[in-house]
Amino acid sequence: MSDTLPILKIGDTLMVALQGDLDDAAVVRIEEQLTREVVRVHARGVLIDVSGLTVVDSFIARVLARVVAMIRLLGAQTVVVGISPAVAITLVELGVPMGHLDTALNAEQGLALLRRLRAEADRGSDR
Amino acid sequence: MTAELTGPAVTTVEIATEADLIRVRQALRAACERAGLGLVDSTKLITAGSELTRNILTYATRSRGLLTVEQVHAQGRSGVRASFADSGPGIPDVAAALTDGFSTGGSMGLGLPGSRRLVDELEIDTSPAGTTVTVVKWGR
Repeated sequence: MSDTLPILKIGDTLMVALQGDLDDAAVVRIEEQLTREVVRVHARGVLIDVSGLTVVDSFIARVLARVVAMIRLLGAQTVVVGISPAVAITLVELGVPMGHLDTALNAEQGLALLRRLRAEADRGSDR
Repeated sequence: MTAELTGPAVTTVEIATEADLIRVRQALRAACERAGLGLVDSTKLITAGSELTRNILTYATRSRGLLTVEQVHAQGRSGVRASFADSGPGIPDVAAALTDGFSTGGSMGLGLPGSRRLVDELEIDTSPAGTTVTVVKWGR
């Protein structure tokens, strides 16, 4: 498994696609790498694409929620995209609370949502 | 020796480190494919297996256990049975362990109750000598 995650930068938005079967060490590495990159490039938005993940169990879901909280502390907004129907059904039945995550169906809608979230943040609303 | 047309009927995976999570998921995915389970059912079983493997890594003696996967048939349906066995120390209170949010390991406490919701059958056989959690997922 590769040690570095390809992170794309488009303007002040970072895009990352999680792929395959991740072990726990890889998931934690992603968290460190993403937060470092947000600070390094002064990102304002992050798009995390999970459509390539075959399984999202409670640990991976928890790390996702954690990284979103960290990125928010760093002043950027995160949208998680690409949750498949099978993963959505499984996460809800498993009971993992994901309601506080901003999600969108695909990257295009995710970018639109990011723009809206940032406009709200810039207006100083309560997000 | 009996002829076996569909590959090994029983697969085992030793559980000892977090890296084994991937091997557990692969073994379960292969069994789901052999049994003809759909994508949603496969994802549910693999996710439940992932949670039960984490339970072994968190709670079992020396964090060790063994997964046994086999294909099962009943009433014209195929399914996958997966048993997660460890050698102690046992679950002191099974009813509590099956309750949402109950955890002695600092997690969300979703492992057992969440897994039970994801599969068709879940059985727990526990004593201080060891715990075996057996789950079954049937094809539709």
